[in-house]
Parts: sequence; C-alpha cells; structure tokens
Amino acid sequence: MRYLDKQSIEYIAIGAAFLGTGGGGDPYIGKLMALSAIEKYGPVRLYSVDEIEDEDFFIPSAMMGAPSVLVEKFPKGDEFVKVFQKLAKYLGREKITGTFPMEAGGVNSMIPIVVAAQLNLPLIDCDGMGRAFPELQMVTFNLDGISAAPIAITDEKGNIGIFETIDNKWTERLARTATVEMGASALVSLYPTTGAQIKKSGVHNIVTLSEQIGEIISSKNRDAKDKLEQLLSLTSGYELFQGKITDVIRETKGGFNFGKMNLEGIEMNKEEQMKVYFQNENLLAEKNGQVIAMTPDLICLVDYETLLPVTTESLKYGKRVRVIGLPAHPKWRTEMGIKTVGPRYFGYDYDYAPIEELISKAVASHV
Amino acid sequence: MYRIGIDVGGTNTDAIILDEHNQLVHSVKSPTTLDIKTGIVTSLRKVLKEANVDKTKISHAMLGTTQCTNAIVERKKLAKVGVIRLGFPATASVPPYTAWPQDMIKKLTGNYALVQGGYEYDGQLLSEIDEQEINELLAKWRDKVEAIAIIGVFSSIKNDQELKVRDLIWEAYGEDYTVSCSSMIGSVGLIERENATILNAALCHVIETTTTGFANALEAEGIKDVEVYLCQNDGTLMSIEYAKQFPILTIACGPTNSIRGASYLANIKDTMVIDVGGTTSDIGVLQDGFPRESSVAVEIGDIRTNFRMPDIISVGLGGGSIVRAEGGKITVGPDSVGYKIGEEALVFGGSTLTATDIAVRLGLADMGDKSLVSHIDEGFAKQVQSVISSIIAKAIDKMKTSSEDVQIVLVGGGSVIIPDEISGVADIVKVENGGVANAIGASISQISGQYEQIYIYSREPREQSLKDAEEKAVKQAVIAGADPTTIKLVEVEEIPLAYHPENATRLRVKVVGKMS
Repeated sequence: MRYLDKQSIEYIAIGAAFLGTGGGGDPYIGKLMALSAIEKYGPVRLYSVDEIEDEDFFIPSAMMGAPSVLVEKFPKGDEFVKVFQKLAKYLGREKITGTFPMEAGGVNSMIPIVVAAQLNLPLIDCDGMGRAFPELQMVTFNLDGISAAPIAITDEKGNIGIFETIDNKWTERLARTATVEMGASALVSLYPTTGAQIKKSGVHNIVTLSEQIGEIISSKNRDAKDKLEQLLSLTSGYELFQGKITDVIRETKGGFNFGKMNLEGIEMNKEEQMKVYFQNENLLAEKNGQVIAMTPDLICLVDYETLLPVTTESLKYGKRVRVIGLPAHPKWRTEMGIKTVGPRYFGYDYDYAPIEELISKAVASHV
Repeated sequence: MYRIGIDVGGTNTDAIILDEHNQLVHSVKSPTTLDIKTGIVTSLRKVLKEANVDKTKISHAMLGTTQCTNAIVERKKLAKVGVIRLGFPATASVPPYTAWPQDMIKKLTGNYALVQGGYEYDGQLLSEIDEQEINELLAKWRDKVEAIAIIGVFSSIKNDQELKVRDLIWEAYGEDYTVSCSSMIGSVGLIERENATILNAALCHVIETTTTGFANALEAEGIKDVEVYLCQNDGTLMSIEYAKQFPILTIACGPTNSIRGASYLANIKDTMVIDVGGTTSDIGVLQDGFPRESSVAVEIGDIRTNFRMPDIISVGLGGGSIVRAEGGKITVGPDSVGYKIGEEALVFGGSTLTATDIAVRLGLADMGDKSLVSHIDEGFAKQVQSVISSIIAKAIDKMKTSSEDVQIVLVGGGSVIIPDEISGVADIVKVENGGVANAIGASISQISGQYEQIYIYSREPREQSLKDAEEKAVKQAVIAGADPTTIKLVEVEEIPLAYHPENATRLRVKVVGKMS
C-alpha cells in the first residue's frame, strides 16, 4: 500500500493521457476534481493487486459521454458517491472494499481517485483496458464473461438509473442512450467485481505505470531524446515516426468521431509519410503505405519537443509530433480480445498482427 | 491623410507615420519606460517633430501595447473581480480560481458565486436563472468587487442568460460598471474560458488608463478628431470602446504586429517571418495575411486560458547573444548582453563576444569599430555562423507545414546576424524599414469579428450553420468598428464533438473588414 498525493495525481493525469492513445479526453478537468478531492479528504491509498483478498468486493467508477461536453459541464461533485452507493445498495452489499479505474486513459483515470477520496476507500492498481477504448464492453473483464451489469448511471441533476441487461453490448447501448439524454455526460458505476476476478481478469499495475510515464514526461532539464528512451524502455514501446501533421479529416457517425490524419516526416523520417486512422482513439498507423501498428496495440501521439500526449481533439495542421507504438496487454491479443477490439471490429479490413512483427517486417523490407 | 502607429516593445517604443498610400513617411525609436506612458509621449513627440506633417491631416492613430500583459505578470493595477458562474449544481466539483496562483487570487479577492443557470450541449435548458438569487448576490458584493465576470455553462451555444445577468448588474450598479461575459471572450472549455474572462474583467482599470492616456497624449500634441484604435493579437484592430470591453485581446499583439508589418513591407501574404531582436528571435507564420493561431491552451501569468493567441516560437538568439567556444563546442545564446550591447560587445569596445561581432567580422554588418574584431579567425567566425544557421533552421522547421523549402522575411534590429544560407529555406527576403515592422503592422491592420458555437448539423444543416455563424461574426466586426460593406470571411474551423450521436460540431468563423 502507498499513498497517492498531489504530485502522483499530476503524473497519473499525464500518463493516462498518453495511454489514452488520443481518446478519453484531456484529463485536465478530472485532474482538478481529483486535486480538490485530495485537498479536502486527504491522500488516497493505492493497493497493489497482490494486497487484496479473493472475496473482497469492488465497484469501478467512470464517466461516460463526450470529453468535449465534460470540459464545459463538469459534475457537481457528489454524484460519484451517490451512484456508487446506489449500486452497492442494489447489490445488497454493505461493505465495498474499494474501487478502481475501468479505463487507464484520459479523464477516467481520475474519477476513481475522486470516489476513493470521498468515500475513504482504497484504489486498486489495475484497470480493465490498460489503455482507452470507446465502448464499455471493450474491457478485459468482458473477455472473461464478467457482466458490466447491473450498472448505475447518474447526472449532476440527481437522476439515477439502474440497468439489468442481457449482455455487455446491450449495457453499452442503453447506457449510451441515457448518457445522451443526461446531457452527453454521465457518471457510471459498473462491473462489480470480486478480488479473485480482478486478479484473473484485470490489467494489473496500470496506475503505477501511468504515474511512471507521467513522471518521465514531466521531468525537466532533460532533452526529449533522453526522456523518450526512458519512456520506450519502460513501456516496451517503439518510436514509429517523427512528423508534422499536414491534414486532418474528420467525420462524425453514430456518436463517434472518425478521422484520419496525414503526417509528413521530419528529422529521422524526412521524405517519408504516415497516416493514422482514429475513432476517438488512434487505431491504425500506416508508414509509407504499409501498416505498422494496429488496434489493440497502442498508437500514442506526443508533442515532438515536450513528449506531452496529444488528444485527437487537439490535432491540428502543422503540429509536430512523435508517433509511439506500444504492444497491447496479452489479454487483448487473444482470439476473443481481437474479436472485441481488433481492426475488423472497427471496420479496417486487416488481420491483426502484433506491432513487433510489423516493425521487423518493415525493417527487413527496408534492407 | 496620415496614420500614426505606435508599438510598445520590451526595449523600444517605436512610432511611425504612414501616408494615405501606406508609404512610410518617418519612423523613430525611443526607449520603453517603466511607466510606458512617458515612452509613448516621447516617441509621439519625436516622430511628429521630425516628420513635420500637417497634424490636422492625421486621421487614425493605432497603439500596440504590452500594458495588459505586464499588469497580469506583475499582478499590478488589477481590479477586484467577482465571478458569477451560471450552472449550479453542475460544475460545483471545480470552483472558480482552482489552480490559480495564490497571490493572484488575493489581488482579485477571490469572490465567486455558483448560481443557477446554464445550457446543455444541444442548447436545451440546464436551469433557469433566478433573478432574486442574482440580486441578493449583488447586494452583498456592492463594496467588495470592482468588476464582474459572468460564465454560463455552454454559453457558447446560447448566451442570453449571460446577457440577462449583465443587465441585472447594470440595473443594480449602473451602466458604467465593468461586466465581462465569457461567451464573447473564450471558446468551449469552461475553466479556461472562465479564467480568460476573469483576467479580462481584472484589466478594466489598466485599459482605461491606457486608452485615456493615449487619447490625452494625442490631444496634447495637437492631434484632434482622430480615430483611435488598439491592436489585437490576431493582427486586427479594435476601437477604444471595444478595447475597454476586451482588454485581454491586446495580449501578445507585439509579435503579431511585427509579422504583419513584415509581410506588408515585403508584399507577401503567405510567408514565414523572423523578427530578430537583441535577445530573442520571434518566428511566426502568416496565412493569407494573418498570423496563424496557436492550438494549445496558453498560460498567462501561470493561469490557463483559451482565448486566441498567435502561434509564435521564440528562440534565444539575437544581436546581443553571447558566443562561447568551450571544449571545441561553439554555442550562441540563449543568454545575451541585451540592452548593454553598446558597451559590452567587442565592436563597441567591450569584452564580450556577441553574435553582432561575428557579423561585423565577416563584413555582413557595419557598426562600431571593425578593427576591434579583426583578430577573430575567419574560420571560427564562419563556424559560429553555421551554429546560428542551425538554430534558426530548427526553429523554422517547427513552424513549417510542409517539407518544402520556405521563403522567409527577415526583420528586426538584430537581423544582420542571420546568415544567408539556412537549410530548409529557399530564399530570405530583406526589407527596407524592417526595424519598425511592428509599428507598421500596427498601422495597416483591419478589423475583425469572430463567432463560435456548437451546431448540430442533423438539425441545422452545415450550410445554414455556417451562414448563421458568419452573420454573427460580421455583427461583432461592425461593433468593433468595421465597414460592413468590406467584410470578408477569412477563417473557418470545424471540430466535431466525440461521442455525440447527432453530428454536433463546434464551428468557429472569423471575418475581417476595413475600418469604417
């Protein structure tokens, strides 16, 4: 067990934006909420997965909806506790051991910290994605057949709903509709989980990883190259490209933000091109016409100089970035994982191939 | 007819006079003073005396000033601000002034109220405003605050609640009372917009002193019946009345004026401009005659805001940059002898090797005493030049939007240090009068209007939305002093909202027109 203080929160916010692979929104507002909560209720205890018991019981907390709405209409502050307690009561559980993030990316890295601070509960060092994905069945717990429902959902006005559903895709559909009605931004408690289930199905150590990533990126007095090396060695990642955004094409369909950006190489990639396709999150990267990374592997865009993560909402013509690829958690690389979040689920006509393979293939063809 | 333009920089206050064909009649420089005003008066007096034009024929006067920036950075002369946020119970988890520096909150008194009001993302009512609640608040604040900032949740979609509250304040405190409405200042992003609105309200005394000071200075010099404008950071102008409402828009107008002036002098509309001073070089990009805007949230005095700012890169390289050779490695800057160049550089009899000395040694500049640098090895001087060249090349590359070589326009007092060969640069355009490009930029500007809102294209088709936004932007431009018959659309930005089922898009348009 260790404590998360203000500094940890600053780091986690940056690391989570990095693991957000462009989606999940800018965690700035979430960070301010977490900082205010810690100021008021004191630091939050973080437990590693080894420190919990199989029979302990946990409820994750998250925000659902549009990050661009969240930056304008953020919560009142007591919704987190209300919805969490409503679900606990519905489940007939008097004692909830703790909470944890469902998604390591963006704002959802911060919400569970607010809940933990307000309820004086510990936070568990794990999540259900190891990154960010757009839909709520896209979590590792789902791969093991764990139900997201019952799910409790609320807004700042005080409306609360509970869904019992037939499967996790239905939970996504119904919760998404309710979210839109609630003003495109809602709070949810879902995937009630035992300690044993966390041990088996969660992505472990992710809060710590986010914090470490954030610490490297925020470190001062070190040049970008130095920081980058540390970052890549920590995450087993690859620097895929150094480039400048020359075009961003976007389209909104069915509640999601689809798009494509073109990058023109600079420095080490002079005269080369990259295309990155995204649906909130970055999902596919093509270098000189060849696919070099694809979902569920992570494609992270960072500022060329500062290495600060770049969200898909802030993509702009002329921005200089580095494209970094990280291998996904092994749970995503299973048959069920690829069926749930692989390229075909998102409409790209490719068989999934791990980033390590694609890179060595690209290197070979270059020689 | 003549125009007079003044630009207050960190080191110099420049003043120029242009004739009706925008030809430079005369220019002067004098040191910027601590109180700023004295420097303005001195420059104004000097340019009028030396140019000897008929004062009655001066029709316009423009001022580009750093006073608002300084007030925020130095935390001086700021007004006590009350913040009214419309949206409770939403947004209560992060109150106003969260993450502000403590000394700044203290200066502004930190008064705020979360009250009912606000809209949803699609324009539906979040809650009604409660007039009684506002009036009670105003009764309580009567002697506590000097200006009020109003911020409504999603006021960028509908701002009638903000305007209604403004009317209530004017009813209670009188129509001269300073009220800043967030819908007119920043874009979507409540905290950043709120911060910008608070700063804008806090600047009401500073802008009042500045504008009256400028008007008085002109009058004291016998310039009457003149249209007075202030420069904005997007390369356009605003009337004094408008400036009083939006003082924050003067922040960072200096670099903008330089790049606009440079483009005018070189007669090129799309180009990159380098303005080399004594300590730093500012690099900006002009697109169709206007500066490219920054796409990141900008911190001003450690406060995160989201109002528009020019995209400028500053590198620590100027005429006074110190040159060192240690362990076989040559460095230039980022430190500089600054305004002491006249005593410290070798050519002026000093003992510090500067970038200017290198330029003189290589015969690129003629100043000071050449013989004092003749001992410098020519090979070494050329190596220093290649270091300078690579610093500039790197900075230029950051601003480029394609891999093609760019053209650059070079201006500023320190520009002699820039070599002719820079990788990634096709050609370097040097212009006459580049030393006062900023004041020229200040004088040739047009007037703009901007509008931003979230539109839902499935309900209000794109064409119709664009038209609506343009009409509203035109209205803004006219208020700011533009001639409605000359207004043109210059910029459209569309950002779809993620996770939104109905194709909601944040649309921002900008128009510009000539002065009426």
